[in-house]
Amino acid sequence: MNRSLGGDIGINTLLAIFGAFMFLPMVYTVCQSLKPLDELWMFPPRFFVRNPTTRNFTQLFRLMGTSWVPFSRYIFNTAFISIVGTFGNVMLSSLAAYALAKIKFPGRVFLFNIIVYSLMFHSTVTGLTNFIIISSLGWMDTYLAIIIPAFCTTMGLYLMKQFMETSVPDSVLESARLDGASEMRILWTIAMPMVKPAWLTLTIFAFKDLWNSGTSSYIYSEQLKTFNYAINQLITGSISRAGVSGAAMVIMMIVPIAVFVISQSNVIETMSTSGMKD
Amino acid sequence: MSEKAATVTKKPVARKKVTKWQYTWTEMKKNWIAYTMIGPFFILFFTFTVIPVVLSIILSFTTFNMLEWPHFVGLKNYLRLLLEDDIFLLAVKNTLVFASITGPVSYLMSLMFAWFINELTPKIRAVVTLIFYAPSISGNVYMIWTVLFSGDQYGYINSILLKLNFITTPIQFLTNTDYIMPIVIIVALWTSLGTSFLSFIAGFQTVDRSLYEAAAVDGVKNRWQELWYVTLPYMRPQLMFGAILAITGSFGFGSVITAMVGFPSPDYCAHTIMHHLEDYGGERFEMGYASAIATILFFMMIGANMLVRKILSKVGK
Repeated sequence: MNRSLGGDIGINTLLAIFGAFMFLPMVYTVCQSLKPLDELWMFPPRFFVRNPTTRNFTQLFRLMGTSWVPFSRYIFNTAFISIVGTFGNVMLSSLAAYALAKIKFPGRVFLFNIIVYSLMFHSTVTGLTNFIIISSLGWMDTYLAIIIPAFCTTMGLYLMKQFMETSVPDSVLESARLDGASEMRILWTIAMPMVKPAWLTLTIFAFKDLWNSGTSSYIYSEQLKTFNYAINQLITGSISRAGVSGAAMVIMMIVPIAVFVISQSNVIETMSTSGMKD
Repeated sequence: MSEKAATVTKKPVARKKVTKWQYTWTEMKKNWIAYTMIGPFFILFFTFTVIPVVLSIILSFTTFNMLEWPHFVGLKNYLRLLLEDDIFLLAVKNTLVFASITGPVSYLMSLMFAWFINELTPKIRAVVTLIFYAPSISGNVYMIWTVLFSGDQYGYINSILLKLNFITTPIQFLTNTDYIMPIVIIVALWTSLGTSFLSFIAGFQTVDRSLYEAAAVDGVKNRWQELWYVTLPYMRPQLMFGAILAITGSFGFGSVITAMVGFPSPDYCAHTIMHHLEDYGGERFEMGYASAIATILFFMMIGANMLVRKILSKVGK
């Protein structure tokens, strides 16, 4: 249409420059993880690796074996927290989002406004008093302290409700109600299959947050700590572990990236309804 | 037919007088299933998001050290914060500097790159989206910046500068107060292309193509005009959503700073309000004082968000 060649070249150049800015540190991480010891401490340092080795990864696994509790315990903790937390999040958010979006009950506007306002402040504000609440509930040092708060993420409900509002046609719901289906039945058999991108996105976001949840002020016994925490301990261990820390960072970053790559189109589709009407 | 209609007298309709509250109550009873559906989520949500804020505001007027019952002291915490606590004022300055740079810049970056990426073909678009989005989801990859900026000659940036003879001894990037803020801002921007970025990409993709054609007919000459006159007004909901996320994120950016330059940072140069909060809450257990800090931070965030919301509602009008 009206695309000048100069504009095209300019835009692509800018994209290339900033893409490099975003991408090169990650490439550097991968290179660090593959460098043998002599290349890690060369001067002047080289960016790419000349003789890649998997020795850093094997050393990482060996280091994992020397931890206090078996390393598989950390992996189990993260997997358990992630799976249970994600599942609960999707369930609760779907129930609430459907009701907010499709059932006209008194108070729905008020409740949704609370959700929008709670997007406006960061969880650090509540972190302190959350600590008081969780310790008075007696959940300190248990899985519950991490899983249960993960069930009620603001972003999850917001995205789900916005998507449901626009993607589930009212006519279908009305005919189902006329046929006598209960709301729960409608939700599970009609609405949920229609909003598959949304609950896929929710799953991914919840999983990403739980995977990346490192140190938590609620957990201090070793056998409940997460994989992320253990990896962090290894990274900040000592400088002689530069290659190992690179390997650790690669492992940590591969999982969310892989998950995102698989589901990218679904995530984008969900985000298309994420706008906030003023 | 019409005569028959004219001769039928209208009976007065028996209508019960119903107040607004009674109407609401009957509606609530009719929709009881909705309340059971939102119940689990909102009970947890109130417990972990709403009540903590209220509790924080209440506690800010007390002194509380977790061992004894809170003790009401009125405005003493706030007066101490604003008049006596130099580090808090430094933290406020740092936070405002940080937020006012990171917030708008990351917002514009998200918008700009989403727009550029939208111009590409779909296959390339998916790859480039991944490249830009990956740093924000990759756990602790931001630590690689500490390696790049490492203070010895093996740090990559230092080695380039040494080789090109710009400097003769390695610069201590991560402990020198002059460099810490810029570096932290760079890392913040690097990890900031997150959910709002995806929202913009999705928004650009869903703009109706026929709008562009109509605009071209009406005399829109190049892509910049197209952006300003057609695309952005259409995308105002996404712009609003992205703005809220950008502001909230920029005010709450703290854990990365701690991981990179330590806690507290040298001379408190990267000490944000969040760190101050952690200091008094997590380390010294002065819960009342820390609650006052949290409350101030809360109102700052809400205030900034409402301000931006008002500004954005005027874009394109």
